[in-house]
Amino acid sequence: MAAAPLLSGCDMALLDPAGPIGAEEKSIIILATCLMLIVVIPVIAMVFLFAWRYRASNKAATFKPEWDHSSKIEVAVWGIPCIIIAVLAYVTWVSSHTLEPSVEIASEKKAVEVEVVSLDWKWLFIYPELNIATVNELAFPADTPVHFKLTSATVMNSFFIPRLGSQIYTMPGMETKLSLLASAAGDFDGLSANYSGGGFSDMHFVAHAMSDADFAQWVEKVRAGEGKLTMAKYRELAKPSEKDPVTTYAEVEPTLYHDILNKCSDGSTCMDAAVSLAMAKEVAGGDLQLCNPAKPRG
Amino acid sequence: MFGKLTLEAIPYHEPIIMAAVAMMVLGGAALVAGITFFRLWGPLWSKWLTSVDHKNIGIMYIILALVMLLRGFADAVMMRTQQAMASTGGAGPLPPEHFDQVFTAHGVIMIFFMAMPFMVGLMNVVVPLQIGARDVAFPYLNNLSFWLTAAGALLINISLAVGEFARTGWLAYPPLSELQYSPGVGVDYYLWALQISGIGTLLAGVNMITTILKMRAPGMTMMRMPIFTWTTLCSNMLIVAAFPILTATLAMLSLDRYLGMHFFTNDGGGNAMMYVNLIWAWGHPEVYILVLPAFGIFSEVISTFSSKRLFGYTSMVYATVCITILSFIVWLHHFFTMGAGANVNAFFGISTMIISIPTGAKIFNWLFTMYRGRVQFTVPVLWTLGFMVTFVIGGMTGVLMAVPAADFVLHNSLFLIAHFHNVIIGGVLFGYLAGFTYWFPKAFGFKLNEGLGKVSFWCWLVGFYLAFMPLYALGLMGMTRRMNHVDNVVWHNYLLVAALGAAIIACGIGAFVLQILVSVLNRKSLRDLTGDPWNGRTLEWATSSPPAFYNFPDTPVVTARDAFWEQKQTTGAGLQPLAKYRKIHMPHNTGTGVIIGGFVAVLGFALIWHIWWLVVATFAGAAAVAIGHSFNENGDYYVPSETVAETEGKYFQQLTSQV
Repeated sequence: MAAAPLLSGCDMALLDPAGPIGAEEKSIIILATCLMLIVVIPVIAMVFLFAWRYRASNKAATFKPEWDHSSKIEVAVWGIPCIIIAVLAYVTWVSSHTLEPSVEIASEKKAVEVEVVSLDWKWLFIYPELNIATVNELAFPADTPVHFKLTSATVMNSFFIPRLGSQIYTMPGMETKLSLLASAAGDFDGLSANYSGGGFSDMHFVAHAMSDADFAQWVEKVRAGEGKLTMAKYRELAKPSEKDPVTTYAEVEPTLYHDILNKCSDGSTCMDAAVSLAMAKEVAGGDLQLCNPAKPRG
Repeated sequence: MFGKLTLEAIPYHEPIIMAAVAMMVLGGAALVAGITFFRLWGPLWSKWLTSVDHKNIGIMYIILALVMLLRGFADAVMMRTQQAMASTGGAGPLPPEHFDQVFTAHGVIMIFFMAMPFMVGLMNVVVPLQIGARDVAFPYLNNLSFWLTAAGALLINISLAVGEFARTGWLAYPPLSELQYSPGVGVDYYLWALQISGIGTLLAGVNMITTILKMRAPGMTMMRMPIFTWTTLCSNMLIVAAFPILTATLAMLSLDRYLGMHFFTNDGGGNAMMYVNLIWAWGHPEVYILVLPAFGIFSEVISTFSSKRLFGYTSMVYATVCITILSFIVWLHHFFTMGAGANVNAFFGISTMIISIPTGAKIFNWLFTMYRGRVQFTVPVLWTLGFMVTFVIGGMTGVLMAVPAADFVLHNSLFLIAHFHNVIIGGVLFGYLAGFTYWFPKAFGFKLNEGLGKVSFWCWLVGFYLAFMPLYALGLMGMTRRMNHVDNVVWHNYLLVAALGAAIIACGIGAFVLQILVSVLNRKSLRDLTGDPWNGRTLEWATSSPPAFYNFPDTPVVTARDAFWEQKQTTGAGLQPLAKYRKIHMPHNTGTGVIIGGFVAVLGFALIWHIWWLVVATFAGAAAVAIGHSFNENGDYYVPSETVAETEGKYFQQLTSQV
């Protein structure tokens, strides 16, 4: 195989995971492939074997033109795949639950919270607990769970760091959740895995997993930097642009993520407020005042 | 006066597009000139364009499919070239705004205007013959279906020269496809081309189901139907069930774009997730719509060329029906990464992998049809063997991605691209090409050149593996789909191999075109007068090739599965002249379909460019012609028994003088 030297493991991001989620997904890929090869390899072998053995020129082979049924064969060809699929279904059920992206990774360490917003065509990362934000750069401590909450300020994208495992869609007006962990320090490529328009191909970022000390230092550096990501600045940032450089913000408007998620970063009524208002209105029989959304029921 | 349409809409500053347009215009002009020079407009109109003969309509469908195959493949070559050239940091020849149209057009063309017409064409040519019928149930509707499909295809090709095509990917997910993010006419071309051809497909589905259910020869019970007829029936059931979903979904997106509604927009309470669910509720059955008839073709081919009954007919039928039903409860596996939750994901993952059980059973049934047979390695058999090996690999990667936990890393990667090309090229296309070669002598009366067919097969097979195996690897490396450019030397090497694969497939397509040309030139030596060149088993071989326009001089009576084979076994001979011929009831040709198709093509164009007066005019025109046709009492006639006797007499005279 001429391609063999190219197939070294370290090029294969998905076969060289850097965290437990990716590692489990890799083992499921391998397990499922092996299970299916139990059928696939014999089938491919039988294609060659039968085609050759029963070639028209081979008059020595048995010829039974009327033979078209065998209960034994039928039971085998339906039964064996059924058993394999049953095993695979069990694996699927269990792994769908353990690897559900929103399930938080258990750890003794306190998780880092990151709010992710996909923009045209860059990534905004907000650290609500640290009150900082970055564009096209993600940093977090290694061996610590990172809990992502994700939305989009534009069209659909998919947030994906291949070596860490699971991706998840970012969708406007909706929030998805993802929990990842990097086992050791390292830099990992991240990207959008869902086509989102003209600047999509450059919509990548680097995810730095650092030691606790390095991360603390990184946070300090960001905080020592300039600029607050105010609503006005965000509106500027949200305009379509390509190949944006890494930018950090020492401070961030605390309600920014909420406002993007609820589509009120432009100053309009937030969706959650509108919904609770509408619900309250229903309870109150429709005579509720718009300026008094907080009125309790009854 | 012209809505949004101005001269600016013609992309004369884009050399690649203008060259393609120039080629299309020159080719079209040459065609028109040729037809005029040889005074062929009359015969073309009366024998082909207005024909209600299912065989002619089928052939027109397949010509459309092959032309669109060339167009879609040109897009594929551009994509492979771009990614190979733009993977070491350079920009490559295609800027994103062009590249994004190319990958969208490639998907749309290959599915809607290559695979679908190819499939409907094969069904049209074969199914009425296979069930011993004179035509389909609604011959005029059949003609109209074709012209609606052709109108859609025409719109897609116009988008190259006037305006732009969508830059959204082949399923046009909102909100990207909404006005806010796609203000141009590209998505409108997409919407109207698909709406128009989709209605054509739906009508074809209704027609084919009615034909199979109501027009089978006496004695042909459901469980005596040839497998290709069975798979056609199931596939058309899926069309009738699924295409209305597509129509409604696209209609809602159109309402968003044209009337400012908010079904799928970001604001106003729209929900794009709903679109993604709906489009896949059509989209997943769609892949089975395409592949089931291919399964049918493989069944016919492998049984005929093994000179043996199909192994496990009953289980084959049940497997087909199982797949038909299951195909409706798996759509969510296209977006496990939407975050629907573990229970939902697990349900759809498991239902997806269950489909592999009946599919696997089919593969084994084909294997055991060869077992203790006498396999002749003709071109259709080569496609079938190539399919079996290739398709199980594609099936395996498909089941792998049906495991949500695996899909979380494989989704939207080149692994996915490799998977679905693995099943669509290895399953659908190989099947249709097998069917094309297998039934070609039935449609035209002469066989295709065997040697060039083999060259084409081997180029396709080798080219396929070279083009798509590297994509599996790239997916595992984390390369995602639809990238205009990347900067990665390792990926670059794989992309070069993939581009080489595309070049070898190009040789396969070249050999295929050459095969048709050479065969037409040598048609005298390739002539088959018997009507049964392969020692066939089913009724389509029980008549002359090409069959007379009435198919069978007398309706065949079926006493068993493999009806023609049984007949040959009992009588010891093939076709025999009848002692007495009867008059035959046949439909008249009608120009209504082609005229409505023309009106609807202009209607689509007017809608795309907001030329409202033209919308009203063409809609009224199409409606008037359709209503006018309904008053036509002269839709059918009787072929006198003397004419039948004369036609058949001539044929048998030719046949005996040949022997």
